[in-house]
Amino acid sequence: MSGMRLRLAQLAVFGGVIGVWFVLTEPGLIPSFYFSNPHQAAFFFGQPVKVFGVLVDWFVSGSIYKHLGITLFETIMAFLIGTIAGLAMGLWLALSATAAAILDPYVKALNSMPRVILAPIFAVWFGLGVWSKVALGVTLVFFIVFFNVYQGVREVSPTLLANARMLGAERSGLLRFVYLPSAMSWVFSSLHTSVGLAFVGAVVGEYLGSAAGVGYLILQAEGTFDINTVFAGILVLTAFALVLDGAVSFFEKHFMRWQPKAGETEKL
Amino acid sequence: MTCAVEFSGVTCTFASRDNPEQRYTAVLDVSFRIEAGEFVSMVGPTGCGKSTLLNVAGGLLEPSTGNVRIFDTPLSGVNRRAGYMFQAEALMPWRTAEQNVLAGLEFRGVPMKEARERAGEWLKRVGLGGFGDRYIHQLSGGMRKRTAMAQTLILDPDIILMDEPFSALDIQTRQLMENELLSLWQAKQKAVLFITHDLDEAIAMSDRVLVLSAGPGSRPIGEFKVDIPRPRDVAEVRSHPQFVRLHAEIWSVLREEVLKGYAQQMKAAA
Repeated sequence: MSGMRLRLAQLAVFGGVIGVWFVLTEPGLIPSFYFSNPHQAAFFFGQPVKVFGVLVDWFVSGSIYKHLGITLFETIMAFLIGTIAGLAMGLWLALSATAAAILDPYVKALNSMPRVILAPIFAVWFGLGVWSKVALGVTLVFFIVFFNVYQGVREVSPTLLANARMLGAERSGLLRFVYLPSAMSWVFSSLHTSVGLAFVGAVVGEYLGSAAGVGYLILQAEGTFDINTVFAGILVLTAFALVLDGAVSFFEKHFMRWQPKAGETEKL
Repeated sequence: MTCAVEFSGVTCTFASRDNPEQRYTAVLDVSFRIEAGEFVSMVGPTGCGKSTLLNVAGGLLEPSTGNVRIFDTPLSGVNRRAGYMFQAEALMPWRTAEQNVLAGLEFRGVPMKEARERAGEWLKRVGLGGFGDRYIHQLSGGMRKRTAMAQTLILDPDIILMDEPFSALDIQTRQLMENELLSLWQAKQKAVLFITHDLDEAIAMSDRVLVLSAGPGSRPIGEFKVDIPRPRDVAEVRSHPQFVRLHAEIWSVLREEVLKGYAQQMKAAA
């Protein structure tokens, strides 16, 4: 299918879903077949027109930007801190066999622990502000990056290492010119997952207790059974996640140029 | 003449990782010399420890006993006067051809501007001018070998170690590369230790051919001087009467070892 027709078809799917949602929830439009009261469907499932109204109100009044900004800040901080810590720890454990052997059971234990249960502890340690959310995101991002770097460093080909040593790279040179670039390629290949998890950490953290952020908006609306606002929040989060993913793809394309793509032919 | 590489009584024994009791002696009591500017090839059956000897010469592997002297200095650590061209792919895939060629200069702290200039010259010399900005996956097998050759030779090493550098290439590209290597060597006259399983290649390129016995515990069992005049063309030299005579002579020694090595591998597999 050509690009234009593909977009039209994708738009049609979106329109169809909204249409079905509208028809099934608009009070009095069709005879209710499940609920006894015609307003009940709208109460439980929201109404697309009202959800749209909430969205327009948020963006026109500008009240959403503060919350979006906070969620974005938490996501970026969690991503940055988690990536740097995972990178450092991964390099260290991959290059020091003794440290890896000692810490191995603890790394496994920490990784298999459900990280969400830490949220209340972080709330106590770091308060209800942004940092408790950042901490939750970091625990999610850290292990993704850590395992990728660990794997990446250990899979550097021994020939490549021997070659770099013959070319005059000392220990620090090997770290800078061989281990780090090799590990970075693994970090970039896990970028979609780690940015996504940083976002999850931020939103879940907000949802579990906060004073601002998109997760907080959803939590507030849920408390007053305002299902339309909950849906509006979910839509904003989804759109936002798509934008983040697009940004990651952009960086990936720029930094991973050296990696062969399957079936790539290039005229010399 | 000064002696570039001198092995005396080098033995390499490896302990099996799973069972330390089980030992394997790859090379046993190996002694030989390579003069400065001399091109020496080593041939032998598969698994006879040729690469082990090369790793020892490069300082990547410490011998169990015996010692190695490089220009009359005992070798410890990586051999700084040697360049090593590996059999397997050793280029850094995240660097372009140019960045790979200048890697050695960069590691040694040569200013980037000068390094790039010299890399550009070397890329032209190996016939890759204009391909400097290609990543490794965008280069063909032959181009990768040329890049590796430029990467090794740009540091102007006094000793060049080569581990079957052209074995993965098709025959035409291979002869082209062999001739290129010979003309580069002719201009610079470095000591070369060239490992190959191809007797034709060994005779066509070298001043001297060493034949290794089948492993385990392999060592040089024959030494042949190649007195075919230079400059040579690797394709034409094959019909030279000296070449034919040497080939028959060396093969009579090598054949037995090849069969022995083969029988041992079959036994190990059974």
